[in-house]
Amino acid sequence: MKTIIGLEIHVQLSTATKLFCGCSTDYRDDEPNTHCCPICLGLPGALPRLNRKAVEYGLSVAKALNMKVPEVSEFARKNYFYPDLPKAYQITQYDKPLAVEGTVEIEDDEGHEKIVRITRVHLEEDPGRLVHVTGSSKYSLVDYNRSGIPLLEIVTEPDLRSPQEARRFLNKLRAILEYLGVFDGDREGALRVDANISLEGSERVEVKNISSYKGVEKALTFEVTRQKNLLRRGQKVVRETRHFMEGRGITTSARGKEEEYDYRYFPEPDLQPLRVADWMEKIKLPELPTARKNRFMEQYGISLNHARTLTGDPKLADFYEHVAPVDPILSATWVADILLGELNYRDMSISAVPPERFMELLALLRSGTITDKAGVQVLREMLNACAAGKPCEAPATIVKRENLAKAAGDEFTAIVQAVLAANPQAVSDYRAGKKGALNFLVGQVMKETRGRADPRELGRIVAECIDKSEV
Amino acid sequence: MTGILDYSPDDRYNAFITTCREAPYGDGVLGGVAVAIKDNISTAGIQTTCGSRILEGYIPPYDAYVVELIRKAGAAIVGKTNMDEFGMGSTTETSAFGPTKNPVDPTRVPGGSSGGSAAAVAAGLVPMALGTDTGGSIRCPAAFCGIVGLKPTYGRVSRYGLIAYANSLEQIGPMARTVEDVSRLMSVIARYDPRDSTMLDRPYDHKPSADVKGLRIGIPKEYFGEGVDPRIADTVRDAIGVLEGLGAETVPVSIPGMQHALAAYYVICTSEASSNLARFDGVRYGPAVDTRKTWHEAYQDLRGKLFGAEVRRRIMLGTFALSAGYAGRYYAKAQIARRNIRDDFERAFREVDVIAGPTMPTVAFRLGEKTDPLSMYLSDILTVPANLAGIPAISVPCGKVDGLPVGLQIMGRQFEDERVVDTAYAYEQEVRA
Repeated sequence: MKTIIGLEIHVQLSTATKLFCGCSTDYRDDEPNTHCCPICLGLPGALPRLNRKAVEYGLSVAKALNMKVPEVSEFARKNYFYPDLPKAYQITQYDKPLAVEGTVEIEDDEGHEKIVRITRVHLEEDPGRLVHVTGSSKYSLVDYNRSGIPLLEIVTEPDLRSPQEARRFLNKLRAILEYLGVFDGDREGALRVDANISLEGSERVEVKNISSYKGVEKALTFEVTRQKNLLRRGQKVVRETRHFMEGRGITTSARGKEEEYDYRYFPEPDLQPLRVADWMEKIKLPELPTARKNRFMEQYGISLNHARTLTGDPKLADFYEHVAPVDPILSATWVADILLGELNYRDMSISAVPPERFMELLALLRSGTITDKAGVQVLREMLNACAAGKPCEAPATIVKRENLAKAAGDEFTAIVQAVLAANPQAVSDYRAGKKGALNFLVGQVMKETRGRADPRELGRIVAECIDKSEV
Repeated sequence: MTGILDYSPDDRYNAFITTCREAPYGDGVLGGVAVAIKDNISTAGIQTTCGSRILEGYIPPYDAYVVELIRKAGAAIVGKTNMDEFGMGSTTETSAFGPTKNPVDPTRVPGGSSGGSAAAVAAGLVPMALGTDTGGSIRCPAAFCGIVGLKPTYGRVSRYGLIAYANSLEQIGPMARTVEDVSRLMSVIARYDPRDSTMLDRPYDHKPSADVKGLRIGIPKEYFGEGVDPRIADTVRDAIGVLEGLGAETVPVSIPGMQHALAAYYVICTSEASSNLARFDGVRYGPAVDTRKTWHEAYQDLRGKLFGAEVRRRIMLGTFALSAGYAGRYYAKAQIARRNIRDDFERAFREVDVIAGPTMPTVAFRLGEKTDPLSMYLSDILTVPANLAGIPAISVPCGKVDGLPVGLQIMGRQFEDERVVDTAYAYEQEVRA
């Protein structure tokens, strides 16, 4: 049974000011209703004035998604009553959106390249936010700090075939937006998704208000299972709107609510039609994820998988390019396979890692001064310090303090000799032809050196020692 | 020259909703001049109600741009004038604060919706006032009260701070006893304001000239036909004769699109109004909602109680006109009719420099005379075309019928406000002399 998914994604554009007024968009941690003016409060007589930066951001997205940009687009009023909507209409775009018909390239579930078609993108303003106070007396408060924040709505065709694919699409879209510098994924509420999902031949369900990447996959996975179960039991899927309950990981029916709203759209008379042809020519795109991925493979000789991972986030890709000169392949392995995992585990951002320190670590690994295992230990020490807000120590200092340098020379020979002397049975077993005994001895040396020896070399060295010490 | 104007007028015609006893003034082209402002234009610190209960007690935290300019020019803002609720009417009788009376004949209406501003000027309480004109709301009361009123070209005066009734049609404009004062006030308020995106940077800097030699005046037959009081038509023809005597020539023109003008106008203005007035919910300003009810119940009760009957009627008409399934039949068609009228005027203005006719088809109505809305809507027929076309139009007194003032309306090309002012000035100077 084919799964059919289409997404409507609302992303906050990271402009410094709101879509129709000069209020700052950076209200994080500020008191409610402190980033407001007559315009975003919808006071009588105030008029919207379009933020040109937001249009430029929208156009650069349109260009990056290979879209057609009509000569004239238009703002429209979407009329509805709600306490968080101060004008009782939202200024959005309706039948003349900013751009139409685009594409995004992703991998399908088999790892093949596939094209997801983009229907349209348009600009609109965010409403305010309701804060519901519960307890002995229940009431709601309105915070207009968010009112007028610029949103870009991106609508896909129903081209996605699984929740995992939807997740990959969003990751790719996020990467593109971040490469363009128009989106800050770390902001609260920076991305909100409505998903349409159906099983082939069945009714379509809209899941509203998903506010995270993980949430999209979770909500869609839940829906696929729910709809399949209904059909298996011989029941029908009802065409409806459902809400995603992030905490419980389920969707619930929003039956009856706002189902048949008539928004009475009409062109916004306070704004002129938008003519963007001249702007379009001026918009220059940076290198985008796919191009950068290809360049990484060619320029640094790294694998497709590493290139894909490293270019998934522009900051990560920048970091890699900074540290790659030490050794492109070793760097790719350490950034993509090890550093990224350690960062995720600590919920840290790549920007918290000083690239110079990381390069010193790579140099220690490359010169063979420390083993991979010791390298991980050093990296953890470094990251723990960063996470705690302390200055990042030099890897060499950590190696010295923790005595992590690869065991070598007399010290190393002495340890091997001591292990051989302490395990005569194993030594004689090896001599008798039991190859497994060698592994045991290597393990003992590893234990004594606490990982400071390279296990690949160690087998050879232990064998040589036994041979040399032949009685 | 700065100071405080002690302003306590004898407001026997109920021209004001609010008066400012101590009105500060400063230096400038309007230094010390008392100016009245229609009550739908935001004034920081002074109650602004739009003639509606729903905004009673609302004190704007900011000045409309025109108010800012008037203050800078040194004028004293002495009060806020009465008006039809949200501008919806042609008599000032739909005001929640009682009707304004016509100073020429207090048994008559002053016209509307800027009836308070017209009456304040006609009664001599102020030399000049601001009105707003969505479908004739400056020109109608100017004609009925025997004063001068200019509706500027759409996009010439900033609407920032004007509480919207029908955004695509309305403009703020000057009202005064003489064309010269209208021109003087116009030169203060017609300044570019980037906050109004529908504006062009075309400031008005003009001293009226009475030279109309060779001016080609279009006479549209639709302005002298059915529904127009023949005595008014004659009075206006005589006035145009005066302009001919000064060297102007007349040319017959036609605006065939006028047959759909009223229908188009009422669909567009009510549609926009239904959206504009949706924000009055008692949450942020005006009398507060009852927060013990559910929000939609509270909204419904408050709006049902505090909007007047005409406002409720127009909100419902507009809501209907924009509804799914009907928008194509009403809103979309009205836009086509509007374009036709605009084209008609453009065509006519290739032949002529200005177009002249009566401002209103009748003289001022008796108070309480217009009881059915339709007959009131019909009286706007000669003024709405200029709003639909976005062109400038002035009304200047040109005589009397039954002892009541008649207005001569002169319309011009877009952004040729200067020319309509000059034409009105030439007439006024000639008959005054």
